[in-house]
Amino acid sequence: MSLDKPYKDVPGTTIFDAEQSRKGYHLNQFCMSLMKPENRARFKSNERAYLDEWPMTEDQKLAVLARDLNRCIELGGNIYFLAKIGATDGKSFQQMAGSMTGMSEQEYRDMMVKGGRSIEGNRSIKEHK
Amino acid sequence: MAHISSSVYTSHVPAIGAALDLGKTTEPYWQPLFKGFEFSQQWLRAHTPDVIFLVYNDHANAFSLEIIPTFAIGTAAEFQVADEGWGPRPVPKVIGHPELASHIAQSVIQDDFDLTIVNKMDVDHGLTVPLSLMCGQPQAWPCPVIPFAVNVVQYPIPSGRRCFMLGQAIRTAIESFDQPLDVQVWGTGGMSHQLQGPRAGLINKEFDKMFLDRLIADPAGLAGVPHIDYVREAGSEGIELVMWLIARGAMADIAGGKPPRVVHRFYHVPASNTAVGHLILENP
Repeated sequence: MSLDKPYKDVPGTTIFDAEQSRKGYHLNQFCMSLMKPENRARFKSNERAYLDEWPMTEDQKLAVLARDLNRCIELGGNIYFLAKIGATDGKSFQQMAGSMTGMSEQEYRDMMVKGGRSIEGNRSIKEHK
Repeated sequence: MAHISSSVYTSHVPAIGAALDLGKTTEPYWQPLFKGFEFSQQWLRAHTPDVIFLVYNDHANAFSLEIIPTFAIGTAAEFQVADEGWGPRPVPKVIGHPELASHIAQSVIQDDFDLTIVNKMDVDHGLTVPLSLMCGQPQAWPCPVIPFAVNVVQYPIPSGRRCFMLGQAIRTAIESFDQPLDVQVWGTGGMSHQLQGPRAGLINKEFDKMFLDRLIADPAGLAGVPHIDYVREAGSEGIELVMWLIARGAMADIAGGKPPRVVHRFYHVPASNTAVGHLILENP
């Protein structure tokens, strides 16, 4: 019997479970390395060379270089780890979260000030079928 | 013997810490939020405990993916403030209470909860933002703090029911400590928010209100809410709310005493990506 993963039905959401964590281990550990100022400096001076020091997949490296956080998450990244890239770039959590929604930074900020994204229509993938 | 006098519940959004540290608390965006904690700071000054048992989660700072403890109790004499990538917050270091923490570890593990004991750990915004909200910007925190970190980052995280039962075991442990200490138990994190994916920015005021209502009046029933309901209704990071059930489980009514008194209740949207909820409950 396989494991029950009901959260696969939540739209626009990837739950960082043991399977995602296994896929993203080196990607996330690369992110952790950016907590040290000397590593942030080395990463910024040559991103590709720094990434090549890690046993990450090519897809993961390209996603980091493109700052495509949705793709990073699909490939096993977790937002709290990916936030270290944002910190290196001088981005806030709000800028990072907003970048995954297809909205501009201002549109996302305005949505939050108006009370956030509504739950209506966002509960289940099945709702859309 | 030691006793639990109150429990405090609050969100722990990192942007709140940044707003405080950068002197933005009177800006129109932040002013309503900090106003909601003015009463709380007065209350804490009048009801400063001997020890705060502070339930929070680490956000990939003390714990990477190398080791992922479900429940970790900090037994050290002190804890440094973590550098989360932006530099450490300019707040006091956290003084622990090794005697009480070790006692709780011994009692709770014998009560079938397999805690990880941590003697060296930096503490991140999950712990320091609640202290800042409740204490302002003092030179030193008003009392020792026992950090209690819960894994809510890598799924599966502990269930609400497990957290609620753990709170009861923590109560038993504190009440068997042979010193007359006044202890507060704080539960932090939440409320509804999602930081990832196209659904980022989700806020669900109805869910949050339901959660606050039931945390006060029907905590045992609330503890039965399954993970999927949190993820679906409160967002992927809203699942942090299970940590509030640890603090609630430690209150007197759960062990057959009288219901707590609601001293303060506050709710505000938004702080950055997040709905902020806050409660203070006093044991009678």
